[in-house]
Amino acid sequence: MALPTTDTFPSLASRRAALKGLLAVACVLGAAGGAPAWAADPQPAPQPVRGGVLRFLVEHEPSTLVTIAHTAGPTQRVSPKVTEGLLTYDLDFNPKPALATEWSVSPDGLTYTFKLREGVKWHDGRDFTADDVAYSIQLLKEGHPRGRGTFASVTAVETPDPHTAIIRLSKPAPYLLTALDANESPIVAKHIYEGTDPLTNKNGAAPIGTGPFIFKEWVRGSHIILERNPDYWDNGKPYLDRIVVRFIADQSARSAAFEAGELDLAGGPPVPYADLARVSALPGIGAETRGYEYAGRMTQLYFNFERPILQDKRVRLAIAHAIDQQKLLDVVYYGYGKVAPSVISPKLKAFFDPSLEPYGFDLKAANRLLDEAGYPRKADGTRFALKLYANPFNTQASGDFVKQALAKVGIAVDFQFFDFSTYIQKAYTGRDFDLTLESLQNLFDPTLGVQRTLWSKNFRVGLPFSNASHYANPEVDRLLEAAAIEPDPAKRRQLWLDFQKVVYADVAALGLIATDGVTIFNRKVKNHTIGVTGVDASFADVWIEK
Amino acid sequence: MTTRRLPRILKAVRRTALQAVPTVIGILILNFFLLRLTPGDAADALAGEAGAATVETLAALKSKFGLDLPVLEQLGGYLSNLAHFSLGVSPRYNQPVAELIAARLPNTLSLMGLALVFALVIGITLGALMASFAGRPTDRVLSVVALLFYSIPSFWIGLMLIVLFSVKLGWLPTGGAETIGANLTGWEAVLDRARYQILPALSLALFYVAIYARLTRDDMIEVRTQDHVRTARAKGLSPFAVTRDHVLRNALIPVTTMAGIHLAGLMGGAVVVETVFSWPGLGRLAYEAVMGRDFHVLLGILLLSSLLVVAVNAAIDILQAWLDPRIEVR
Repeated sequence: MALPTTDTFPSLASRRAALKGLLAVACVLGAAGGAPAWAADPQPAPQPVRGGVLRFLVEHEPSTLVTIAHTAGPTQRVSPKVTEGLLTYDLDFNPKPALATEWSVSPDGLTYTFKLREGVKWHDGRDFTADDVAYSIQLLKEGHPRGRGTFASVTAVETPDPHTAIIRLSKPAPYLLTALDANESPIVAKHIYEGTDPLTNKNGAAPIGTGPFIFKEWVRGSHIILERNPDYWDNGKPYLDRIVVRFIADQSARSAAFEAGELDLAGGPPVPYADLARVSALPGIGAETRGYEYAGRMTQLYFNFERPILQDKRVRLAIAHAIDQQKLLDVVYYGYGKVAPSVISPKLKAFFDPSLEPYGFDLKAANRLLDEAGYPRKADGTRFALKLYANPFNTQASGDFVKQALAKVGIAVDFQFFDFSTYIQKAYTGRDFDLTLESLQNLFDPTLGVQRTLWSKNFRVGLPFSNASHYANPEVDRLLEAAAIEPDPAKRRQLWLDFQKVVYADVAALGLIATDGVTIFNRKVKNHTIGVTGVDASFADVWIEK
Repeated sequence: MTTRRLPRILKAVRRTALQAVPTVIGILILNFFLLRLTPGDAADALAGEAGAATVETLAALKSKFGLDLPVLEQLGGYLSNLAHFSLGVSPRYNQPVAELIAARLPNTLSLMGLALVFALVIGITLGALMASFAGRPTDRVLSVVALLFYSIPSFWIGLMLIVLFSVKLGWLPTGGAETIGANLTGWEAVLDRARYQILPALSLALFYVAIYARLTRDDMIEVRTQDHVRTARAKGLSPFAVTRDHVLRNALIPVTTMAGIHLAGLMGGAVVVETVFSWPGLGRLAYEAVMGRDFHVLLGILLLSSLLVVAVNAAIDILQAWLDPRIEVR
């Protein structure tokens, strides 16, 4: 889920920076006319029409087309069109039936019962049964990067009849019911995966699923074609005849392809924030920021608690006061997002603490705190130096912004920017940073998305997105562990609110911005965003106006 | 003449092949260790992209790809694979490297071939024009144009060509290799592919157009002062025939030498141009392999590129012998 949609190839990236201005000038002529595309809700017309080809852009080519053992962003875009999940979620996180038609949870939170849809067939003609569900959950538990955690306490999946699946847990897993979307927990065919390694199974390159679209071809480096499934269980759907998935690695080329009318739909944002206003103002093009709630995108600043300077809370608080979050949002993210006071995204309404306010931009307080902490300005005006990394997903500008902000209070920042793979290695194995600007998604539940970086037991050198800051606070540990197994939603919410207050008071990490995803669409394309997974949905409901 | 030279050419081919083997092995081993210097491996990259991982997943990935073995053991394994004519398996694409490369190679070769043809035809034509009008306004204007082609980076030219021909004029597609899902056959398919190939080949070629134009111009001016040209003129040949048969032909020798050397450069340029134009070729595969730390794929591409450069240099030796009988094939 964290594949950078920004391009991180260093020479290209720096060249592109220089080019951006020029290209913008060259394209300004083309941007004339057309109403601004903001607030453009696709009004689902009463009568969807059948037919048409959707030209769907996936920024980078996926390496496999099924998310059963791999969760990279591009795979999540493609997988749910062919391979479905038990549930799907509307824009308010309410579960909706997919392969499961009814479900119930026992009061102790240890038994989940699913009634499965009858008459569903795999694309190869075999019947879909509860055995497939049981086998898929076992695969997810054993081999899925997140599934290992999500389904860790699953002790058994019982299948009393072909259309009932009962999941039994050893301890409650309150996040389970939101983890069953097609892109997170896909249901694959047992007869295809049995006895194979899910990572190397050929199904990843030519998937067979139950979904609205049947895989037709994947020409590596070029495109994927998905054809309408005429026998889809949801009668009359899908509306589209075909989806053509294209990959365009270069951001400027993506803008051009939209301008030339060669694309209908793309998530991301597919183009740089700087180009978004121009592209979405094109005639016939719209933009949508909903549909990314399932990912819960965030930009955070983490401290390295092994550095004595940063062990002083006054220093951390001074850094918080020195960063103008609103300006960061406006300048670096062009306003696409929300300022976040703490580490849980304000968009994750079920868990966010609305009573918290951002620390506030206050240079005077920052300077005073640093003086009190015993770091007076030296003759050259600096107090001390810190090394900053940034996840390339945040763009280089985010690091430059923080560097300049901290310079104003006398902290000399050595900002080092790498490509994604280098960053992962440097930040999580080398750990030679003082501050790092991360881009860690909250996901659909903070137990999965937030706990990993602040839970002391998840300090694991070499593990990407673990607690690299080496933060250890028994109270935080207690709250995280309690929230992970609290079946009662109200009590669980309270645990998360308490957690945020403790983290906020301790300045354990700064949740700076809850960044927006942006979908760019041809206005003739309807129903592209009907749930929290946005363009990662099955597209059974998508239709194209004639 | 040909019958007498043929054994010599064969000898040259044999000699080149003998020299190529240690060269290529050296390149491979050097590349292997250079790639090991980059931080992170395929497992880190996959785990990073996933946005989540557990210690178990990471360990499982590493052992599966053989990344937990000592470096020398990995190298030994790779070389032994090669000895069995296998380039290994890509952990990322879960596909044999040879298959991945075979699927992309024709696209890149045709792009490079067309770019080279563009570069030579346009470059030599411009150069001949410049030489013919040396010192006059035509020469000056074309010199400035060549200088621009030389100095503007190919990705920018590529984007500008897209803006002009695809966005504004709508004549040519912005990227890709063919009309997806059109299922064209025969002549229509060839035309369709040609439409997709023009812009990337042109943006790849323009840098070399500039070089060949300058080279041709200077060589022609030099050759023009030589005795045999004066003789040809004295014989009463038309100025066009003199230029074509006596000046241009002699001036082409340095150009062909450079074109051979440039073929390797074209492959490097293809990385950028293929990315801008979403061309499904080797360059983009290499770019993605770097980003994903897919070293088996990268080593395979590097091996192929070094073989290609060796082969092209041998071919250029032979071509030069044909252009100028005085040059011995070594």
